Amino acid sequence: MSDEIKLSPAQLDALREIGNIGAGNSATALSQIINRRIDMNVPRVSMVPLDQVPDLVGGPDAIVVGIFLRVYGKAPGNILFLLPQKSAFYLVDTLMGKKHGETEKLDYMDESALMEIGNILSGAYLNAFYTFTQISMLPSIPALAMDMAGAILNVVLVQLGQMGDQALVMETEFLAEDDGINGHFFLVPDPGSLETLIKAVGVE
Amino acid sequence: MAELIRVGMADYKVGRSPATIISYGLGSCIGISLYDPQTKVGGLLHIMLPDSTQARPSDNPAKFADTGLPLMLKDVLALGAVKSRLVAKMAGGAQMFAFANATDIMRVGARNAEAAKKMLQQLGIKVIAEDTGGTYGRTVSINLETGMYKVKTIDKGEKEI
Repeated sequence: MSDEIKLSPAQLDALREIGNIGAGNSATALSQIINRRIDMNVPRVSMVPLDQVPDLVGGPDAIVVGIFLRVYGKAPGNILFLLPQKSAFYLVDTLMGKKHGETEKLDYMDESALMEIGNILSGAYLNAFYTFTQISMLPSIPALAMDMAGAILNVVLVQLGQMGDQALVMETEFLAEDDGINGHFFLVPDPGSLETLIKAVGVE
Repeated sequence: MAELIRVGMADYKVGRSPATIISYGLGSCIGISLYDPQTKVGGLLHIMLPDSTQARPSDNPAKFADTGLPLMLKDVLALGAVKSRLVAKMAGGAQMFAFANATDIMRVGARNAEAAKKMLQQLGIKVIAEDTGGTYGRTVSINLETGMYKVKTIDKGEKEI
């Protein structure tokens, strides 16, 4: 039998609040870079059965661009920023000063620009986390892949799969004002990091 | 229209002709099919990890190559397949993100493939086709009418093995 860590509603709320601040930071950063208003939804913080995670982003065979960063520090984990292919192309158009619809595949420069976005969002997010919990976390160099959502999510889920059948997923959806861009930002703490985070949150 | 049976991650399904069993969006996971061409009975298992003994105990044996395969084998035989006629095909096991210092976790695709082959050998089932490795995702399906195992990718085309 697996012994999953059970989180109380108050603990989930506390994590949601931190997620909210982190995502707010990230949204502001993104908004400043592309000079557009970015809206975000209230972060989803929940224990999700592993096999249902791909459904959060449109199903396992939806084509997405994934920017992946490993998080180091006292509460290691993984960050994944997922954009539907269309959104990623639109974001590249915006970043590279191209006409909308011009990007039809990603070249080296495009990928590099998207990875940098992943970097900035992660930095902003983790910074908020630090302010709140005093747990310092550093993101690795980003990696990028464009493929099926299920295949990309595999990378984070496999690690969790060794420890249990559920994942604590902190997820926020970003939306640009003109609906051209929507993205999902995931912070998935390693199973061993959960306890550290909960302690730092200080809620029973 | 023949029935389309969907298999999620860390799960397996068995069935008989004319159904097709499909699993979407495999990265480092592997889809392993068993098929008896005479009774046209088969199954598809979607594993995540190679070895249950290296993980925390799970309620879900279908997550691992070493525990998932015997389980699916039992169900395929219960549907009327004959073990000596069973053949296996598999695909998946990619490494989606290339990192300079690939840890064991990053290499899990390759380890999944090795573990699946080892377990199939122990069970005495021959692997007749395989499409593993690479850096891209796959959607895989087994057609129980023909025994064809289809592998779909986003920009590496589609093939039958």
